[in-house]
Amino acid sequence: MIKLSLVLGVAMAVLIAACSKSDDVDEKVTDGAIRIGVLTDMSGLYSDIGGQGSIVAAELAVEDLGGEVDGKPIELVSVDHQNKADIAAQKVREWIDRNGVDMVTDALNSAVALATSKVVAEKKRILMVTGAATTRLTNEDCTAYTIHHSYDTFALANGTGTAVVKQGGDTWFFLTSDYAFGHSLETDTANIVKKAGGSVLGAVRHPLSASDFSSFLLQAQNSKAKIIGLANAGGDTINSIKAANEFGLTETQNLAGLLVFITDIHSLGLPVTQGMYVTSGWYWDLNDETRAWSKRFFERMGKMPTMIHAGVYSSVIMYANAVKATGTDEADGIMEWLRNNPQSDMFGKNLTLRKDGRLVHDMYLMQVKDPSESNAAWDYYNVRQTIPAANAFQPLSESRCPLITGGSS
Amino acid sequence: MSEVGITLDSLLGQLLLGLVNGSFYAMLSLGLAVIFGLLNIVNFAHGALYMMGAYFAWIGLTYFGIGYWWSLLIAPSFVAVFGMVIERSLLQWLYKLDHLYGLLLTFGVSLIIEGTYRYFFGVSGQPYPVPELLSGSTDLGFMSLPNYRGWVVIASLAVCLSTWFVIERTRLGAYLRAATENPQLTQAFGINVPLLVMLTYGFGAALAAFAGVLAAPVIQITPLMGNNLIVIVFAVVVIGGMGSILGAVATGLALGVIEGLTKVFYPEASSTVVFVIMALVLLVRPAGLFGREK
Amino acid sequence: MTFVRKHAVLLSLVVVLAIAPFLFYPVLVMKVLCFALFACAFNLLLGYTGLLSFGHAAYFGAGAYTTGYAMTAWATTPELGLLFGVVTAALLGAVFGGLAIRRQGIYFAMITLALAQMLYFFCLQAPFTGGEDGLQGVPRGKLFGLIDLGNDDVMYVFVSLVFLGGFWLIDRIIRSPFGQVLKSIRENEDRALSLGYDVDRYKLVAFVLSSALAGLAGATKTLTFGFATLTDVFWGTSGEVVLMTLVGGVGTVLGPVIGAVVIIVLQNELADKVGSWVLVILGAIFVVNVLLFRKGIVGEITARFNRT
Repeated sequence: MIKLSLVLGVAMAVLIAACSKSDDVDEKVTDGAIRIGVLTDMSGLYSDIGGQGSIVAAELAVEDLGGEVDGKPIELVSVDHQNKADIAAQKVREWIDRNGVDMVTDALNSAVALATSKVVAEKKRILMVTGAATTRLTNEDCTAYTIHHSYDTFALANGTGTAVVKQGGDTWFFLTSDYAFGHSLETDTANIVKKAGGSVLGAVRHPLSASDFSSFLLQAQNSKAKIIGLANAGGDTINSIKAANEFGLTETQNLAGLLVFITDIHSLGLPVTQGMYVTSGWYWDLNDETRAWSKRFFERMGKMPTMIHAGVYSSVIMYANAVKATGTDEADGIMEWLRNNPQSDMFGKNLTLRKDGRLVHDMYLMQVKDPSESNAAWDYYNVRQTIPAANAFQPLSESRCPLITGGSS
Repeated sequence: MSEVGITLDSLLGQLLLGLVNGSFYAMLSLGLAVIFGLLNIVNFAHGALYMMGAYFAWIGLTYFGIGYWWSLLIAPSFVAVFGMVIERSLLQWLYKLDHLYGLLLTFGVSLIIEGTYRYFFGVSGQPYPVPELLSGSTDLGFMSLPNYRGWVVIASLAVCLSTWFVIERTRLGAYLRAATENPQLTQAFGINVPLLVMLTYGFGAALAAFAGVLAAPVIQITPLMGNNLIVIVFAVVVIGGMGSILGAVATGLALGVIEGLTKVFYPEASSTVVFVIMALVLLVRPAGLFGREK
Repeated sequence: MTFVRKHAVLLSLVVVLAIAPFLFYPVLVMKVLCFALFACAFNLLLGYTGLLSFGHAAYFGAGAYTTGYAMTAWATTPELGLLFGVVTAALLGAVFGGLAIRRQGIYFAMITLALAQMLYFFCLQAPFTGGEDGLQGVPRGKLFGLIDLGNDDVMYVFVSLVFLGGFWLIDRIIRSPFGQVLKSIRENEDRALSLGYDVDRYKLVAFVLSSALAGLAGATKTLTFGFATLTDVFWGTSGEVVLMTLVGGVGTVLGPVIGAVVIIVLQNELADKVGSWVLVILGAIFVVNVLLFRKGIVGEITARFNRT
């Protein structure tokens, strides 16, 4: 028995060693290089809005920077967190402790972003969230080291809610995904609709990944509301839109998608989505600069970038600019510099970092084109309105972030 | 708030919609029951096969211009062949072992299929248009039912009933039932049991794929569409028991309707109602509604 | 010497654990330990009682969430937090197990899966779980109010002790007369019944013990990482623990530990290399394992060792 156990013990040690030999490579040369980690979902639910595209976006940024900042090379590492917060948190810890990673970007999926933000704050590095939507990142769970870059649920609700009421859509009914994310999206939008003079007639809660939306839509139809707000995401939004068309809702009522990405429009097709309002932080066809960049992106990925991809690009550029200006990769100094020096790049102009970690910039209200207007693949949106940075995000006066309210953090 | 306007009309409408969903449950649990009957394997890959059916329809339309009606025939055939290959190459080595290994193996197979589809098609999914013949909707007085949904109910009922007919009323079905009862003896009578087993698995796979093609115009085709459904179908199977074909079909339809009603009266629970019913049935009638234990 | 002989496996684990943090990233080792304990708990059920629970993530997750909640909302000390998590997981195991043992074999597996799915939806919707964000920022606290677990090295020792304690307990259970009855149920349920054992009761007790230990594993994971998320109750996690046990060797003491090492390290290594193929690789391991290595790594080694 003893011999057997010894053999097994040794076998186990050898096994661990064999499986994880790359962990032994200890690179602690923090200051020899600038290391940026792209933390994304390569294979799961969010891999189309982030995934490989996020890595490509970061690579484009490194190329534009000439691969270095003041002679120090920029190195990219990336990881597939498989939508598991424990893999993400542990990998990021390892990145920081062992590989000397200075900044982490993307962080798709809110559980991943929140878990990572804790690690990064503890280790005093920087996290630039371009992927996750939750406003908790800049409220209850804000830290002095997290930058929420591209968008959040409040900005989306705000943009779509205000604009739709202004266009005459003053009675709303919500189709809400029945968990925290859906609820907060519904509440935020409902408040904005009421503030703009509209009224909310009701809501129906559906389970996540429901197999069929027709019953819920029938209830929405019976409410006779002019606008049906889709407070859900991903596959649920897509299936609600499909069912709404099938049951002829769209002939009498309008849909407002509260979290819709261009990839969703692409997969649904224009005939089904035309006329829908969408709020976004970025669109590839905004101006010459975005078009030029997107063309480069398209050449490598075979599809157009989402706002998350553009956000990853912008976050790398911003970070490099800050390192250049301050001459260090020390996080406090960089955050301080970014707060005082608004940035401009392909993502947008005058990107201003607030104390709660929110990066403030213009948002855009889009309307999906009808098929006859669309000239090419990915030509999906008409920009209806630019929502100025000052009005686009949750005002600091409503912040629940301890850094703002002065509570203990 | 959702209580707003529960009228008789809307109730009837919801019942009908529940029946549509129930049709999918019925077809899938029927396939599981047929496979389980002869192979003694709970086919975890059933959801993945359902997803493959939908994808084959989409691939056929997008790359080869094969329309919906042909897809209803072609996609299940392809998936059936795929299923038979799986049976011959993998499953057949397990028949002498504990049934649990069949569950584990098919679980592994479903991961491989899902992962492969994710790699090639991404996760946002692909749209599939409603066939022209069935577009539009019919006013039933109490609701306007899209024609396609009506077709789903009719088609799935037809498939389920013909399966029942084949198994209970034809010679082939008699062989099948005999092989289920006593494979050695059936083999001794000169019937090729391994062939029968292979065909049965292929047929079960084809049923799943047929359901997938039927679902394609209704929901977005994604690699994940199967695994959301399979757990519910498992619960349906536990409730109904896998002993009888009509039992599996009836339970599927009934649970679809009950789920539909839950969506009106207490939508928050519509994802869990099937599981709650399962727990209740286990307390009252552990063998399932139509079940005979082992 | 008899002491050494009796506890050879445990002692060799102690040695490995003492060396491990110098060779590997300690946080990774802690994660491996949590999952190894989870797999050992699962193995108590599958390997020694013959019950395949396909929803074991439910108890892992229940422990993870309730401990997280106790630590955050009531600011309890970690040992009380763990206890709360373990008790909740055990209670949940008693309810779900009580339902599931009413059916056998394949139905048992499907019922446990369905019930676990129900818990998943509950955790998604319940007001205190944080929905898809999960419970975040759970403090590690001070053990007995004295020892600060915030330091990774201290935490490593703590997690190692929890793991060794759990491992030792499972080892004891297996060797006890109770464990012998479980094995006889695994081998032949009808015979155990005819010998006068209340089989259902034994099964239920085994189920509750297994859930409690799975809960302990989940609770420890929450403390280590500081969060509990939906992944902990997801059916994919249930599948992973089955895979770990299968790879290492069902019904062997050390098998689940080795399996957890292999799977976690593999996931960790694959994370930045293969992208979408992770699922396919895991699936392929399942298939190969079931077809060719049903005894698992430890089982195969033991078989060879005994032969020579």
